[in-house]
Amino acid sequence: MSWVTMIGQSIAFFIFVWFCWKFIWPFLIGAMRERQQTIADGLEAASKAQRDLEHAEARAEEILNEARAEARGIVDDARGQAAQMVDNARADAESERERILKAAQADVAQEVNRAKESLRGEVADLAVLGAERILEASIDRERHDALLDRVAAEL
Amino acid sequence: MAEDAGGYITHHLTNLTYGKHPEDGWGFADTAEKAAEMGFWSIHVDSIAWSVGLGVVFCLVFRSAAKRATAGVPGGLQNAVEIIVDFIDDTVSSIFQHRNDIIAPMALTIFVWVFLMNLMDLVPVDWIPKLASVLGVEYMKIVPSTDPNVTLGMSFTVFFLIIYYSIKVKGVGGFFKELLCHPFPWYLFPVNFLLETVTLLAKPISLGLRLYGNLFAGEMIFILIALLYGGIVLSFAGGVLQWGWAVFHVLVITLQAFVFAVLTVIYLAQAHDTSEEH
Repeated sequence: MSWVTMIGQSIAFFIFVWFCWKFIWPFLIGAMRERQQTIADGLEAASKAQRDLEHAEARAEEILNEARAEARGIVDDARGQAAQMVDNARADAESERERILKAAQADVAQEVNRAKESLRGEVADLAVLGAERILEASIDRERHDALLDRVAAEL
Repeated sequence: MAEDAGGYITHHLTNLTYGKHPEDGWGFADTAEKAAEMGFWSIHVDSIAWSVGLGVVFCLVFRSAAKRATAGVPGGLQNAVEIIVDFIDDTVSSIFQHRNDIIAPMALTIFVWVFLMNLMDLVPVDWIPKLASVLGVEYMKIVPSTDPNVTLGMSFTVFFLIIYYSIKVKGVGGFFKELLCHPFPWYLFPVNFLLETVTLLAKPISLGLRLYGNLFAGEMIFILIALLYGGIVLSFAGGVLQWGWAVFHVLVITLQAFVFAVLTVIYLAQAHDTSEEH
């Protein structure tokens, strides 16, 4: 046995452990922890980005669906309005036609009446004239009756 | 041949010893007998030199890795060093649950240092002693962990730390209470004291002797196989055996370094334990 060797080894042990404690361990473990943290942060960021992407995709899909529904609504409205307009126009035209027809018929009836009135007057005049002529000539009762009847029927 | 073999083995097992010989005064011992006669106050120069040298190698290599340590992409050296550091950190944090910053670096130092000392066992047994004798140095034992003084020096340092932390954490009273009132009730304190002291002392002694025994036995096998050399067939057989034993020994040296480090951590964790559940 050799005390000096033991004590020397013991002192060397302390010095090496101290050196490792002060100048080796903290640097290595620090770098490793830092790298671990960086990797963990990176992974976290990646999964967050993934989640964000999924959210964004879902949101985009939603917006797209809304827009689609809105467009469909607009088209439906427009179609309805167009149909409405066509119906209105048809109804207007219909009533306009009625009105114009009625006016025309009224005109025609009026004209007819006026013509009748004037004809009646003329016929009366003609009758009076005829009567004068007949009275001027001889009155053949029977013949003139027939004549007059015929005139009256023509009126 | 027997005398020759005995001499060969003795030569390989003798440290380069510096000390005061009762007759020759201060100087290096030139025979194994003289080395033994120098007694306790001699120093095994080869053990200390190799052990300190390997410790310095550890410090330099790991320090250069630590200086260039980056949290970015690590280089080759940093990678290798980080594997060891990570391994030690995992091991320590699974065993040692208390707050003490020095335990993990200590475990790293012990593991790598003891591993390097054990690694010297894989250097063919004759190379460096031959080289040393060419340079005029008679004895050269290059595996510090086959020197019980080295391993016990380390394990008694651990023993000192066990007592230091026990007293630091539990106080002097707490430390002696643990020695006296455990495992039996306090009125059996002489028995308790005896048992606990044996337990306490068994830790460093077993720790140091385990490493020494394993490495000494391994070294012995290398030396015995080396005795085979001579003649083509025997030399070839010896070479194959050396190689086979070295391959197996790679396991032993790593395992023993790990065991020393882990047991140190366990003992220090026990020293920090304040609850008496064991």
